[in-house]
Amino acid sequence: MDIQTIWYALIAVLFIGYFVLEGFDFGVGMLMPLVAKDDTERRIVINTVGPFWDANEVWIITAGGAMFAAFPDWYATLFSGFYLALFLILVALILRAVGFEFRGKLDGLRWRRTADTAIVVGSTLPAFLWGVALTNLVRGVPIGADMQFQGNLLTLLSPFALLGGVVSIAVFALHGALFLNLRADEAVAARARRLASLLWWPTAAVLVAFFLFSYGQTDLFDRSGLVPGTLPVLAMIAFVASAVLVRLRWDAWAFATTALTIALATVVAFEGLYPTVMPSSLDPAYALTVYNASSSPLTLHVMLVVAIVFVPIVLAYQAYSYWVFRRRVTRRDIPGA
Amino acid sequence: MDPLLLARWQFGVTTAYHYIFVPLTIGLALIVAIMQSIHFRTKNDMYDRMARFWGKLFVINFALGVVTGIVQEFQFGMNWSEYSRFVGDIFGIPLAIEALMAFFLESTFLGIWLFGRDRLPRAVHLLSIWMVALGSAVSAIWILMANSWMQQPVGYTLVDGRARLSDPVAVFLNERLLVEAPHTILAALTTAGLFVLGISAWHLLRHHQREMFLRSAQIAIVIVAVTSLLTATTGHSQAQHTARTQPMKLAAMEALWDSEQPASFSLFASIDQADGKSTREIKLPYLLSVLAYNNTTSEVEGIHQLEAADVAKYGPGDYVPPVAVVYWSFRAMVGLGMLFILLALVGLLLWWRGRLERRWFLRAAMVALFLPYLANFAGWITTEMGRQPWVVQGLLRTSSAVSPNVGATEVAITLAGFTLIYGVLAVLDFYLLYRFARPVTAPSQGDQDTGLGDVFAY
Repeated sequence: MDIQTIWYALIAVLFIGYFVLEGFDFGVGMLMPLVAKDDTERRIVINTVGPFWDANEVWIITAGGAMFAAFPDWYATLFSGFYLALFLILVALILRAVGFEFRGKLDGLRWRRTADTAIVVGSTLPAFLWGVALTNLVRGVPIGADMQFQGNLLTLLSPFALLGGVVSIAVFALHGALFLNLRADEAVAARARRLASLLWWPTAAVLVAFFLFSYGQTDLFDRSGLVPGTLPVLAMIAFVASAVLVRLRWDAWAFATTALTIALATVVAFEGLYPTVMPSSLDPAYALTVYNASSSPLTLHVMLVVAIVFVPIVLAYQAYSYWVFRRRVTRRDIPGA
Repeated sequence: MDPLLLARWQFGVTTAYHYIFVPLTIGLALIVAIMQSIHFRTKNDMYDRMARFWGKLFVINFALGVVTGIVQEFQFGMNWSEYSRFVGDIFGIPLAIEALMAFFLESTFLGIWLFGRDRLPRAVHLLSIWMVALGSAVSAIWILMANSWMQQPVGYTLVDGRARLSDPVAVFLNERLLVEAPHTILAALTTAGLFVLGISAWHLLRHHQREMFLRSAQIAIVIVAVTSLLTATTGHSQAQHTARTQPMKLAAMEALWDSEQPASFSLFASIDQADGKSTREIKLPYLLSVLAYNNTTSEVEGIHQLEAADVAKYGPGDYVPPVAVVYWSFRAMVGLGMLFILLALVGLLLWWRGRLERRWFLRAAMVALFLPYLANFAGWITTEMGRQPWVVQGLLRTSSAVSPNVGATEVAITLAGFTLIYGVLAVLDFYLLYRFARPVTAPSQGDQDTGLGDVFAY
């Protein structure tokens, strides 16, 4: 495997980490008003992701930094091209973070409601837009011979991409519900569990629709024929298993299966693209690939050494943090409740 | 409107705003870690209350530092795609390492510190705030490495019109970084020291929790005394370094239109950029030669001579930064820095004589809380505006760095959007800091100062 491919794989890993981890805190944020009946329960819901969400967000910052360093042209074309979509994501992430951090620091019902809106919108909008962005990335966007994106925000909002956004909202919501089932106070967890069962069918429906749509819209599946290959099938099995496992009350395993679904779907997208990183809808020859968009081999090697040393350390202390906060958040954990 | 101008405003607004929160995060993390360490050793409850009080303010400030930081990273690609293509091979390295090495550390251990107080052994909880402090300091070093390369590009070759890494060690040990990082990090510690001193003074003026805030003020005075002096000396090194490596910036900092030997230092100048001269000037002879080269004889090159050299080297064009802005920013920074040294020395003297609670001193300390923010802005304006028209000194012009496919409307939308949101957040943040920092004497709310869970958990 050449160094460009290794870096492409590493960036895929960062995106997997981001979607799996931030995916559940997006879901938790979206579902908060549905699973919490009073202010204390809302605080329980927020505190289930309290120690994690900020570190989860660092996965996308690291992915962005790694793209900048390893594939400057990919970073430049993608970020300048998906300009307004990324702006909306940034705004949403800002509102959400402020909602999380400052909600409990002021009293008054109106302030709490405002913060709740920030959390719900700030979790739903980025979930939607990341789905839109990833779908566009896979499907291809108008990129010229000069590597510049030639469309605008509306270019990105094709029916296929919008469906991709709906899929990611649905999957992250399900993923979040299964996380709440695992870590929230029993009353909230029970509601989250019911909601997960309720969400499963519509999620399955949009997934199937998206899957069928992508036969017509991308070459992702043309390559492997009608049977889409091992990984997509595994992703589907994992998704189906989540419905069964939650009914059996194998809560941790149910959460693990949606995590697996998200991880495998991301792998399928990245694997399908390779060696392209951004296909052009104007001319296949204008596509950005891991080779024409990459940094020099020296840069990639320097970065690889850093990654080999630090990625395991990061994984170790993040795992430690999840282990420390493995217990359920109960009413007793909420001061003044 | 010109998209370039809008993109520059956007970078200026979002970066200056981000930098309201960064220095306090770096400095206050360390101060809280020190306080918690004293509590760990002495088991004196006062230091526990102290660490919690300042910890609350740290958390409020940290939140906005994080969210405005994501904008910074995305912005390079969004508004400055040609810059990103040009520098990615080199500039991307510290940026990626910063996220991997520092941001993960900061954010993960902050979560552990905030939510783990009752769940973790004391030593582990103490370690977690030290990891937060380490993460924020390490992040400063990497981002300053990236900035240093823009001031002084090293370890590269130009291939197909782009900078390509040739010597990673040169980039990691850029001599510009060795003067810029200490100066910036020390100034961050001064900022946090003055923040702690100012708020402590407020409490002391109201006779609120005297023992704890007197001790906080003393810790802060020591920190400000040491770091403000060192900020000045490292700043001096940085200016001397600038004299050698970015002579145009130095000439603009001094509004030195024509070369002088020996050069005199300008105290006041009325600057006329269009005509390329200053009217009504007050100058101190020899002093600029001393400041720039440590002797009374060296020549310091002037703007006109340097411009002629730049035209000869790079072709026709305007190579003069906005002189008045750079000149006055530099003076504001230096003047404020001197003021901080004075304040700290007066504080030490008063403390030594047992009169730290003199009301005039406490009032002065309260005002001084706001000044390091101005000094920090002024410092960054000096170094960034002083580098114009270059975004990477001598290699890439700011005008060639902007995204060619992003229109004025798009930049205007995002500029307006960020400005609006940042404005609202500034009010919210200021109110929250005020609310949690103010001296509260009413018994019903007295617990707020020590009540931990209500504030730390969400």
